[in-house]
Amino acid sequence: MQYKSQAVAMPYFIAAIGLFVGQIIFGLILGMQYVVGDFLFPEIPFNVARMVHTNLLIVWLLFGFMGAAYYLIPEETETELYSPKLALILFWVFLVAGAATILGYLLVDYATLASMTGNDLLATMGREFLEQPLLTKIGIVVVALAFLFNITMTVLKGRKTVISIVLLLGLWGLAIFFLFAFYNPVNLVRDKFYWWWVVHLWVEGVWELIMAAMLAFVLIKVTGVDREVIEKWLYVIITLALCTGIIGTGHHYFWIGTPEYWQWWGSIFSALEPIPFFAMTVFAFNMVNRRRREHPNKAAVLWALGTGVMAFLGAGVWGFLHTLAPVNYFTHGSQITAAHGHMAFYGAYVMVVITIISYAMPILRGRAANSEKAQVVEMWSFWLMTIAMVFITLFLTAAGILQVWLQRISDTPMSFMATQDQLMLFYWMREWAGVMFFIGLLTYLASFFIKGEAKTAKA
Amino acid sequence: MSGIFTKSMARNIFYGGTVFFFLLFLALTFDTERELPNRDNRQNLTPEVAAGKHIWETRNCLGCHTLLGEGAYFAPELGNVYTRRGPEFIKAWMMSQPTGAPGRRQMPNFHLTDEELDQLVAFFKYTAGINTANWPPNIEG
Repeated sequence: MQYKSQAVAMPYFIAAIGLFVGQIIFGLILGMQYVVGDFLFPEIPFNVARMVHTNLLIVWLLFGFMGAAYYLIPEETETELYSPKLALILFWVFLVAGAATILGYLLVDYATLASMTGNDLLATMGREFLEQPLLTKIGIVVVALAFLFNITMTVLKGRKTVISIVLLLGLWGLAIFFLFAFYNPVNLVRDKFYWWWVVHLWVEGVWELIMAAMLAFVLIKVTGVDREVIEKWLYVIITLALCTGIIGTGHHYFWIGTPEYWQWWGSIFSALEPIPFFAMTVFAFNMVNRRRREHPNKAAVLWALGTGVMAFLGAGVWGFLHTLAPVNYFTHGSQITAAHGHMAFYGAYVMVVITIISYAMPILRGRAANSEKAQVVEMWSFWLMTIAMVFITLFLTAAGILQVWLQRISDTPMSFMATQDQLMLFYWMREWAGVMFFIGLLTYLASFFIKGEAKTAKA
Repeated sequence: MSGIFTKSMARNIFYGGTVFFFLLFLALTFDTERELPNRDNRQNLTPEVAAGKHIWETRNCLGCHTLLGEGAYFAPELGNVYTRRGPEFIKAWMMSQPTGAPGRRQMPNFHLTDEELDQLVAFFKYTAGINTANWPPNIEG
């Protein structure tokens, strides 16, 4: 570790992994409810479990992003963090607020939670992914602003690299677009229209900046390739991401009451959205092939390469699969959407956060890389989780194709529930793939506790 | 990427491209707002509908159902439920939950009053009147 204040990243990474475990447990519960409908009812109804599953994902990724920023910004700017103490305070505030929100979901009836937390003053709850009580949403804004203040002040006093500027842009964008979470017009069409300004402009916009910056940082470190080359790539990738992704928002504006020209804008621009992910894959492999050093942390290199490939498959290929309006007319809101969502989030954001954790955690623990033995276990976890996610995606895709056929294309369309009964085989296989994912995750956790001869010296 | 294409060129294309496409997005948004009155059924946005939307949100209905295709995929699409089932069926359904049928998906009972049920139905009536470019493909959603 080159700068003392980088150490604040450690609790962020630990919390991220802990919440990740929670997310997967609730994922298994949801998968079970798909096949055994009354599983855990009425204690944990599906909607509650789903809210916990998706909100935990968002929160742990945010922990990962913040940890990444606290780790890489001092090294990039060549200066200590503006305030490591503020970073630690924010860690506890965010963790307590996050835990309280999840407990609120689980222990309090949602309507009661809404009236307890001021939702009648400003109604923001009950919209997908933005289910958090008003107080939590305000808390997120406060934490985000204080975090951005800390990071921005650090960048201002230090060296300004492309990686730190791009990361900063992404993080500011994240905070600014979240403000649309507070806008909830009664007009449902307008509600949905601006809801996507948070959701789409996050995951297919500013988050891609954060992701690309994190990946570029790790690639510089593990390959030793010239910064000039990597930073040029970084600009090209984020240019492609935003030039396709911003208008690509239109692929959500096909069937929600918005004008029909969006079918053209959305189809054309989102058909181009795989390009930045493809560029990211080429970039990662290219840099690793041109490496000027053999970094002892092989696991981190594997995660970095995996991020490129899986993000391209999940976000790129599976996104393209159903993004053209004539196709989406039949697949909109089906299990195809779920298939894409799972692999895209895993490939792009889960894997990039694990990449930086994999690279930084050994260094935070005082060694360049973990022991050979620990790395082997970590690489096992990579394959278990990644292959499991491929299976989850394939089974959901199969379920989705069958669903669309029976319910929407057939001359004698079946009802939603009758169709669901026909998909059970695929839902069972998805649940078993989920169990495999969980085993992979436990393997990943185990890799942190495996001793052995650590690689010495600073990388 | 050869020496001809420099980092500062890449940077300028990034900022220029982003600003251009964001402005284009804002222009399309502006035009969308102008077009929406013809499509979004706003003439039927009564206080009753607003109350119904509030009930929809505070019971986290989207955690199981889709509405115009967005939400969770565990339970049926409700954007067109008013057309598919009609007001009386919806109210009777809400009151008879959960079914308790073993192994079947269960919907909680939200203990809504008659007035609240009417508000929710009014909301569904309004959503069924939105011009969604003929989505869903058929009445089953």
